[in-house]
Amino acid sequence: MITREEVIHISKLARVELKEEEIEKFRKGFQSILEYFEILDEIEEDVEPTYQVLPLKNVFRDDNIKKSLDREKVLMNAKHVDDGYFKGPRIVD
Amino acid sequence: MITISQWKETFTRDPEDAVAGMIERIKKSKLNAFITVNENAVSEIKTEGRLAGIPVAVKDNISTEGMRTTCASKILHDYIPPFSAHVVERLKEEGAIIIGKTNMDEFAMGTTTETSYFGVVRNPHALDRVAGGSSGGSGACIAGEESVLSLGSDTGGSIRCPASFCGVYGIKPTYGLVSRYGLIPYANSLEQIGPFAGCVDDLALLLEVIAGKDERDSTNARKGFRFQPEEKKYRIGIVREMGGNDEVMSSFSEAVDIIKGKHEVEEVSMPSFKYALASYYIIAMSEASSNLARYDGVRYGLSLDKLTSWNEYFSKVRADGFGDEVKRRIMLGSYALSAGYYGKYYLKALKVRTLVIEDFKKALSKFDLLISPTMPSLPFKIGELADPLTMYKADVNTVPVNLAGIPSLSMPIFERKGLPVGLQVMGDYFEENKILSFAKWLESEMKQVT
Repeated sequence: MITREEVIHISKLARVELKEEEIEKFRKGFQSILEYFEILDEIEEDVEPTYQVLPLKNVFRDDNIKKSLDREKVLMNAKHVDDGYFKGPRIVD
Repeated sequence: MITISQWKETFTRDPEDAVAGMIERIKKSKLNAFITVNENAVSEIKTEGRLAGIPVAVKDNISTEGMRTTCASKILHDYIPPFSAHVVERLKEEGAIIIGKTNMDEFAMGTTTETSYFGVVRNPHALDRVAGGSSGGSGACIAGEESVLSLGSDTGGSIRCPASFCGVYGIKPTYGLVSRYGLIPYANSLEQIGPFAGCVDDLALLLEVIAGKDERDSTNARKGFRFQPEEKKYRIGIVREMGGNDEVMSSFSEAVDIIKGKHEVEEVSMPSFKYALASYYIIAMSEASSNLARYDGVRYGLSLDKLTSWNEYFSKVRADGFGDEVKRRIMLGSYALSAGYYGKYYLKALKVRTLVIEDFKKALSKFDLLISPTMPSLPFKIGELADPLTMYKADVNTVPVNLAGIPSLSMPIFERKGLPVGLQVMGDYFEENKILSFAKWLESEMKQVT
């Protein structure tokens, strides 16, 4: 059973503010989905996990300097820009 | 559907008129297949290249420099990419016309294109039904003759589902065959860009153009693709765990009867598939929760007027910018990865992935190809799938393929109630040639009986 408090906790982890009326709606949805996921309890433990499917490991490109995007282009989608920098909200109060 | 050869007839008569006509058609359409139309399409007509003068529609999660790319989300509703995806560069190098950006489920999270911020895509065969998802617009624009070719992305069936529901051809290539550079990520370890078309030859041509080496994607297999049709008798396995309702199964059985006329057909069982859907959703949600952390309202996308404190700003902009399905997956992904639950959900899911790969390996050592219905039902009525879990369950036949990373195609077979049914053809890693050869053969057989 997933509780109201857990939903609030998860929304904080995910940095998604929920309105009061949304909490119960998401809680119900989570409940049925998580119950469905319990089918995985049947899986035996001694199986190796697969993180990715291609037999590739540590793929690096040559360490050559290439032209990057112009500063103007990088900043063109931002609303809060100051002196050629992104301006973000305060991190420490 | 308009094939490339049909398009060339109209196009050579008057190129500008042909392209302008198509733009006009999109603008008047009821399908809602496009989010953005390329207003400069006529002036971008080229005469050189393998796709010279051919309209290609691009899913709106694939970056197009200077052309709005929204992922069908409010959070990116006005985002203009400063660079193009690898596949878009390839299209341009071969002279294609990017006709517009297609509608989709928000961030490719959905099976019906109902989660789009820009409204649902309607099925060209029945306007009260969905076109499938998440690449709904890319499927509908082919069936609705609003493009000749299109690109989609497939994380758990997002190319094959709309191909099936719209009665067109679509293929999810082997993981790594097509560079994902410039594809706005949802679940990196599962997704691939792939083509839609009105016939197998056109599908193969577009795959040839977009496949290949790109060092900007570290999971790129550095392999190209060339279609060399072969006419072989194949050993074909029907996957018992991938079924459908009565309408779908009767269409599928009819197709199997045709296939038996040339190929060796036998049933095969894949016991791990029972767990594939749960495993897929846990992995996809977990990767999504990490990928979508980038939407902070600072560097791009929706922003708020006032820069308050970090957590407050971040949580508010995301609450306003994401739709319910995206929020649901980000939150469940965060939960599955959180302390105390990692072993119960995420690690278990990755173990199932190993079992699914082993089942495919075993089956594909005995069979050349595996087949099934693509979707377990006919296209849904708009609004029919109100409950998220019911919607997830519609992906049951398509997700095992993404867990393993093998290639898989969907092609139209016999209609039921005037609605398309799709056949899924799966093969071993990098066996696209075999899949397309078989599909080309079945396509011509189908033409003789329908």
